[in-house]
Amino acid sequence: MTAPASSEPQLSAWGRIPAPGRELVTENLSSATRGAVLCRGLGRSYGDSSLPAGAGDRVVSTRLANRILSFDETTGILRAEAGTSLAELNRLLMPRGWFTPVTPGTKFVTLGGMVASDVHGKNHHVAGCFGAHVQSLRMRLASDDIVDCSPTENVDLFDATIGGMGLLGHILEVEVKFERIPSQWIQMESERVRDVDEFLASLSHAAGKWPMTMGWIDCLSEGSSLGRGVMMAGRWAEPSRETAIPPAVPMQKAVPFEFPNWVLNRTTASLFNSLYYWRHYAQHGGGLVSPEPFFYPLDAVLEWNRVYGSRGFTQYQCVLPRAAGAPAVRELMKLLVELGAASPLCVIKDCGPEGRGMLSFPLEGTSIAVDMAVSPDIQQIVDRLNEFVIAAGGRIYLTKDRFTRPEHYRAMEPRLPRFEATREKWDPKRRLRSAQSVRLLGDRV
Amino acid sequence: MKAVILGGTSGMGRAIAQQLAERGDSIFLLGFDDADLARSAADLKARHPSHVDVGHALCDLEKPETFAPALDAADAALGSFDTVVVTAAMYATQDALEADIELARRLVTVNYANTVVFCEHVRKRLLARGGGQLTVFSSVAGDRGRKPVAIYGSSKAGLSVYLEALDHKYHSAGLNVLCVKPGFVKTGMTAGLKPPPFASEPTQVATAVVRAMDQKKPLIYAPAIWALVMLVIRSLPRFVMRKIGF
Repeated sequence: MTAPASSEPQLSAWGRIPAPGRELVTENLSSATRGAVLCRGLGRSYGDSSLPAGAGDRVVSTRLANRILSFDETTGILRAEAGTSLAELNRLLMPRGWFTPVTPGTKFVTLGGMVASDVHGKNHHVAGCFGAHVQSLRMRLASDDIVDCSPTENVDLFDATIGGMGLLGHILEVEVKFERIPSQWIQMESERVRDVDEFLASLSHAAGKWPMTMGWIDCLSEGSSLGRGVMMAGRWAEPSRETAIPPAVPMQKAVPFEFPNWVLNRTTASLFNSLYYWRHYAQHGGGLVSPEPFFYPLDAVLEWNRVYGSRGFTQYQCVLPRAAGAPAVRELMKLLVELGAASPLCVIKDCGPEGRGMLSFPLEGTSIAVDMAVSPDIQQIVDRLNEFVIAAGGRIYLTKDRFTRPEHYRAMEPRLPRFEATREKWDPKRRLRSAQSVRLLGDRV
Repeated sequence: MKAVILGGTSGMGRAIAQQLAERGDSIFLLGFDDADLARSAADLKARHPSHVDVGHALCDLEKPETFAPALDAADAALGSFDTVVVTAAMYATQDALEADIELARRLVTVNYANTVVFCEHVRKRLLARGGGQLTVFSSVAGDRGRKPVAIYGSSKAGLSVYLEALDHKYHSAGLNVLCVKPGFVKTGMTAGLKPPPFASEPTQVATAVVRAMDQKKPLIYAPAIWALVMLVIRSLPRFVMRKIGF
């Protein structure tokens, strides 16, 4: 799975599995996207959704298209070019009392990427996905025309673009409603949880009281401690004497080089998980924390993906419907232990109802995300997990996916025909494509 | 700071304008695309802590007759500017320039002759008001005659010499001239070119340039490693330069 040694230019996403191709980096998105087949932002999707299908495909990087076009401090409505990063918006707008309505687990994403992935966050059970807060999009279509879409204009285009992985058109501008925050601090509570059943119970209990919840779950421990971990809940803190001081700007460290492949193995991962679990020695913890470590714990270490070494890695993220209940989650945890593929720090989160995006990931139930180093068995591991998820009525998150088979995807995605019909209308020749759309949707290079 | 920026809608000029706006400096943008200027002005206004309006006017380095009216507009909007930043320039590969003599004429005219003319307008205005800051982007390409940048580099070499002399002559009169020599920076100007080692992002260069302006330095390489690289390249003997490809 490692890259062939060659001087051909390559692109890779967060999982560091490269594909041949090169991105065009330019400020002028509206001229560069003419004739382009794909846009990509900061390349934080794990799989192949931001990679070109063929080396000759014109892929445009949006990250220099970073202008804020308007921000209304009475309504919170922000309009900006698609390459504007969340890190930049947090830096500028948090001190003024505004925050994105939904944030993923990294701030190194662009607005366009947040729409294309329809990202969700710790507040999904109350706020839904990012797309639920988008007011309007300006897009360049496959026909090279530029159109606007919104919940009231070109509605089918809008709904297919929200979570549509950039396949309906190139997102040029995004208009989204930001949320007023009472302070720049988070009031947090955390709880050490013994097993998977306790985890689900405390997540559902916390969801009633807290607007933000999630948990780190140990996917390597077996038997009675299957699914132990740490549950976290939070809300924006009300102003007080303590919150008057803005949080310190975090120090950025970077992983300086690619680790050898053996560094992260089953033993070191288990050791790490045990340390992480017992570090939270007190049953309960909490207090005021800065939003940075709360929302973006891994952003403190730049290029942390290098710890997986040259083999690269993937993330398996799926959601199991509420109807399948706790037994399904327990079975999935057992399967993960049995397959022995997981690495440290898996994430568990309970999701609210499905949003308007035609291919958006979340549905009401439990989402589990597991990082995995690429190994010779990776295809079989993903296949086994997918078969389980299909049987349980769940689905996977395209933004993380690199190994799902098209027949499995089709089986878990009853919404696919509607998405394909919408694509047929807006891009009948399937000019827009990615390595992922070729793999999963049968697009041709 | 009351800054006029020629080329502030894209690349390093945009990054400098954003950093100045965020710390509360007043800005006036010059450029040749009205719609693009308006978008950048909106961006800078949103970034300004108190949403100060950002004005803009048309100014085209290919049309020297636009220089004086554009600077008049800037003076009127800002109430006498004290800082001018020039990041605008043309770029084309050596192959493209050799294939098209008219393109070569345009490029050397814009990058050298017309940039000097623009700076002369600025020099007169700043000296008349007791001095100020003039920051102009030249290039590491102007430090040594090299095969891949024979024409582009020569236009920047002329500009660098002019800026150096301007500093020598008018420093004591209160004119701070900063010559910026960036290495390869990943912007729209270099879109499609393969980034060499030490390629940097526009925001990194902008941070270094803003700091150098605050410290009133006459010359910076950005990133700083290029000072060392160019020191080596300047000391290579001719027989080596004839052999190597860069």
